[in-house]
Amino acid sequence: MSASLEKGIRVLKEVIDAPIASYFNSCVHCGLCAEACLFYTETGDPKYTPIHKLEPLRRVYEQEYTLLGRLKKMVGLSRAVTDDELGEWQELVYNSCTLCGRCSTVCPVGNDIVYMVRKFREGMSAAGHAPEGIKGAVNRTVTVGSPMNVKLPAVQAQMKHVEADTGLPIPLDVEGAEYMVMLSSMEIINFPEYLGAIARIMQQAGKTWTLCSTAFEATNAGIQIGNSDLAKVIVSRIVDGAERLKVKTVISPECGHAYTALRWEGANLVGRPFDFKVQHIIEVLDEFRQQGLLKTEGFETDRLTFHDPCQLVRRGGVIAQPHTLMNMVAQNFVEMPDAGFMNWCCGGGGGASAIEEGEELRLEAFKKKKAQLEAVKPDRLVTACANCRIVLEEGLEHYQMDIPVVGLTEMIAEHLPEKKEG
Amino acid sequence: MTDLQFLTWVRGTGLNIAVTIFLLGVLWRLVEIYSLGRKPDLSAPRHTPGASGLHTVFRRSLPPPGMLKRSPVSYIGGYIFHIGLAIVVFGFGPHILLVKGLTGLSWPGLPSQFVDMTAVVTMAAMVVVLADRINKPVKRFLSTFEDWFAWVVTFLPVLTGWMAFQHLLLPYTTMLALHILSVELLLVVLPFTKLFHAFTLIGSRWYNGRVNGHKGVPV
Repeated sequence: MSASLEKGIRVLKEVIDAPIASYFNSCVHCGLCAEACLFYTETGDPKYTPIHKLEPLRRVYEQEYTLLGRLKKMVGLSRAVTDDELGEWQELVYNSCTLCGRCSTVCPVGNDIVYMVRKFREGMSAAGHAPEGIKGAVNRTVTVGSPMNVKLPAVQAQMKHVEADTGLPIPLDVEGAEYMVMLSSMEIINFPEYLGAIARIMQQAGKTWTLCSTAFEATNAGIQIGNSDLAKVIVSRIVDGAERLKVKTVISPECGHAYTALRWEGANLVGRPFDFKVQHIIEVLDEFRQQGLLKTEGFETDRLTFHDPCQLVRRGGVIAQPHTLMNMVAQNFVEMPDAGFMNWCCGGGGGASAIEEGEELRLEAFKKKKAQLEAVKPDRLVTACANCRIVLEEGLEHYQMDIPVVGLTEMIAEHLPEKKEG
Repeated sequence: MTDLQFLTWVRGTGLNIAVTIFLLGVLWRLVEIYSLGRKPDLSAPRHTPGASGLHTVFRRSLPPPGMLKRSPVSYIGGYIFHIGLAIVVFGFGPHILLVKGLTGLSWPGLPSQFVDMTAVVTMAAMVVVLADRINKPVKRFLSTFEDWFAWVVTFLPVLTGWMAFQHLLLPYTTMLALHILSVELLLVVLPFTKLFHAFTLIGSRWYNGRVNGHKGVPV
């Protein structure tokens, strides 16, 4: 057994807990999880059945943690997990799983399949079987601070631009601010309108906020690759920054997995509860709305629909808020089939969009989104995740669908009443 | 061994062995699974009505939106044979008498003709889900020896019980003995095959509901 395989198997043994044992014992091979997975529904290939993606993990469980499995292993009746097998499974665990969690919501015996995939990735990455694309993103985030090599000067340059555009100050490293705003590299490079929107929204709400020079990047590729040690390094920067600046709340940007990484995995990664709150920007906006601190005027009049990011909605619990906010500014808002809690993934979540060799499959899976969009024929598509946005734009371009994609936060900001002079 | 000796053995020694393996097996497997434990979740919980372990234990008995249409045979066939099995096992007078003899517990039985009809419907549903397993590419792909074996050991008690009741094929005593033997086979293998989902399904649904309920997601 190679050293890396040995390490991988050891990690797999470590991640197996009572829920995983219970799940494997409950599976009756009914195959209903396949019906919930866009990689199966759009390809018809049974190998993309979610529970099948966990087969090596199941065998490790059986061979290590059950009496019968141990007996079978002793007398040579069971097949050990091999390096080649894990290599073969890489496509199933990364390329064809976006950690969207739809399978976990339909399994009749209650198996939380995505919970297992997330844990299985820990072993896969330890064994060296993670895709190069995600490996690169993790390395850049750990060494440079951003998966896209964005450094502080780039953020500062953007701050200057936004300050010039909006006439509002963009605070950096302000101690005692109420909110610490995080960004994703995608927003810094591709969607600078996000930062301007934040400045105007905070100005209207009368809230103090700041960016942090040592922690501006919210994305965490360590979560996607399944390496808790590296994910901890990345999340610790944010925790340190928030504690140094003594902020009350850290705002996760329009990025799904960044929210999962910080809101749900963060405290578990650093091993203690946070003494600050973590909210997704959409939660903050809805809270402002409820408190009367977010007022808008006018409506978008074209036909709009909303793509629910999996990590925000099904995996994150921010379910109704984006739809409430859409109704605040959109006159002609139509819901796609399966919108909301059961929405279909864009096909590029969970690190999948960083996998170059997975592009063909990703575009195949995008047919699900295409069908959803064709059912409502929107003029524009709104979402609240920069990664979804990029993946949606790529898919729409590939299928020659002329539907611009916009971020919800920036759309809300466009409807803030102009500040009256004097 | 005469028919009567065979029947006496399966009713006495055979049943004792099977019930013992079943009870110890269930206990062992439950300890083996749930003693693995899990780490506490240190993230701040979000409280949402309807999002909890208990909610999911019940909610998952119903098909989530859109799923019935995608896989009608799994759901309808599944409902019929599970409910059918429950009616046949717990509603048939002689079964209740057996339980009363073993534990002292008893409850009113259902009319024999109704149970007889239910057994036929249950077997029909089981044949349909078996055909579905053979026909549907995903189910066939996932199926291992255990899946076919589990189907057989579940089907045999219903079939032999019904045949004994109908006095078909073999003398009543022989068929009854075969029926009891098939139930014993089912009891012995249940803790060690996928049939153990009968026990772990509650734990699995609960964990799923609890883990996601912590995030305020009613799964």
